[in-house]
Amino acid sequence: MKIVVCVKHVAVLGDEIRFTTDERDVDEDYYDRTLNEWDACAAEEALRIRERLGGEGEVLVVTVGGPSADVALQRCLAMGADRAVRISFDQTVHDPIAIGHALSEAIVPEQPDLVLVGVQSSDSVQGSTGTALAQFLDLPRVAVVKKVEYDHATRRATCHRELEGGLVDVVEVDTPAVLAIQTGINEPRYPTFRAIKDAERKEISLVSAAGGAVSGYHVRRMFVPPKPEGAEMLDGGPADVARRIAEIVKERLA
Amino acid sequence: MNGTLVVAEHLRGELRDVTFELVAAAAEIGGPVSVAVIARDPSLFTDALSVEGVDEIVTVQAEAEEFENDVYQQVIEALIEDRGPGFVLLGFTVNGMGYGPAVAAKLGLGFASDVFRLSREEDGLLARRAFYGAKVHAEVDFPGKERVLLMLRPGAWAPAEGRGDPTITDLSVQVTAPRARHLKLVDPPAGDVDITAADFLLSIGRGIGTREEIPRFEALAGKMGATLSVSRPLVDAGWMTNARQVGQSGKTVRPKVYLALGISGAVQHLAGIKGDGTIIAVNTDPEAAIFGVARYGAVVDLFEVAEALAELFA
Ligand SMILES: Cc1cc2nc3c(=O)[nH]c(=O)nc-3n(C[C@H](O)[C@H](O)[C@H](O)COP(=O)(O)OP(=O)(O)OC[C@H]3O[C@@H](n4cnc5c(N)ncnc54)[C@H](O)[C@@H]3O)c2cc1C
Repeated sequence: MKIVVCVKHVAVLGDEIRFTTDERDVDEDYYDRTLNEWDACAAEEALRIRERLGGEGEVLVVTVGGPSADVALQRCLAMGADRAVRISFDQTVHDPIAIGHALSEAIVPEQPDLVLVGVQSSDSVQGSTGTALAQFLDLPRVAVVKKVEYDHATRRATCHRELEGGLVDVVEVDTPAVLAIQTGINEPRYPTFRAIKDAERKEISLVSAAGGAVSGYHVRRMFVPPKPEGAEMLDGGPADVARRIAEIVKERLA
Repeated sequence: MNGTLVVAEHLRGELRDVTFELVAAAAEIGGPVSVAVIARDPSLFTDALSVEGVDEIVTVQAEAEEFENDVYQQVIEALIEDRGPGFVLLGFTVNGMGYGPAVAAKLGLGFASDVFRLSREEDGLLARRAFYGAKVHAEVDFPGKERVLLMLRPGAWAPAEGRGDPTITDLSVQVTAPRARHLKLVDPPAGDVDITAADFLLSIGRGIGTREEIPRFEALAGKMGATLSVSRPLVDAGWMTNARQVGQSGKTVRPKVYLALGISGAVQHLAGIKGDGTIIAVNTDPEAAIFGVARYGAVVDLFEVAEALAELFA
């Protein structure tokens, strides 16, 4: 049993936003990074699927990113993944088609039984990488999965796909398949301090790729959107703000 | 370039609103508009789809009653081959996510998702989408792409309405056996509360930090005469039931007042707030996306405001 999990080290912007000189992206010096929430759930689910099968097999984590993305991989290694691969692009790329393609090249030789990804990354919200990846791998896929029951004997998985309004579509999928995991499926484990320290010493394999090999879009420019017209910021301390809120509520409900 | 192909979305025999929003966006792009409807009995939908702006409805019969991503992918690929549309429009929905990016990847189309605005430039189409927790917007284009597939944000276009008189074409497409098969739909459990009926929602998000804080907001909602609602992370964590969740995968609400404490304003959360009520947002991050939709905003600590409100409504 081999499960590949694709993860992203997402950007978390603070309250100061600066753009690169070509204005086509945010300057990396102005944000922090963390393991994408959806991907933490995907990694956890991979570990649980393996545990349910008696603990046999391998969990491999893959990311596309610069050296700092090793932190996201190490987090997954500390959670219990066995091996990590980082695909390094020659440029920053957000395009899910490009990312899906690069991931597929690293995953093909692995011949996994399952590939788990997060539904989306919190910083780009494209909901597309997993489905693009499935196409490049020529595998079936299920997007927005809140429950997985994998049957290794029949090589099938029953998935609960969460639709709008919380409605569940129960889907049976042939595997190998790509499953895009939704939050709430599990609560990702917190690795111990010891496991984190051990993970830092594990080797991460590096693959280089050309960022623009295939693509869906090209970013022309990024900017901070103007605040909507008529919006009003309430000044003062908490007591002043509370008083104004009370007034507004009274007025609107009258 | 030969017009725009819109893919209709339906569930349990009803067309979803986003379908008509896609038609409106297609009309904005210009050129002939074809709407594809894939169903066991597509004729059930042709009348409702005959709205202004639709030139042609293409009906394609499928075996399963509900959506299956392999079927949609193969049919849309066949249609693209057959019609050669310049643009293909899908909703940025859970179904759309299951096949849109695969079609684009397979055919090498221009592609972008969660697009909420389009504009035409001399050298092609510009699409707008958000990045970085919706704090930043981007304009993206598709140089060198003959065809572009876009997944549009539900709610971003006003739905097309008014009667139209499209031609109806029946197309038969041979598809291979789906590798992911629809089995059944299961409704979410009925809740103990109906937040959709409330005029005043006090809505709390991940900013409250821990489960232990919830009782104080329940008490505050009681004092203020509000109904308590939440963002998804509080439901994911098991602190609250799905019945109280506002958003795409929760409830759609139309309150007169929506007081959001510690909610960042993610697109899927905002998708659940409709109507013209007043949104008041309290968030310590001045760049939080929620301030982009709020009528009133305050950059202060939510606990301090909550305490002051509790005193006012004592
Ligand atoms: C398919 C799909 C469907 C989804 N459906 C839904 C849905 O129905 N509903 C939903 O809500 N989400 C939904 N989501 C999740 C959504 O993308 C976001 O992850 C979620 O809305 C974030 O919730 P939040 O704003 O509470 O948390 P966060 O984004 O973490 O925001 C917390 C906010 O609290 C602020 N804050 C922190 N401390 C304080 C303080 N002391 N005082 C004031 N402010 C503070 C922070 O600045 C931050 O802005 C869905 C996602 C997907 C992929």
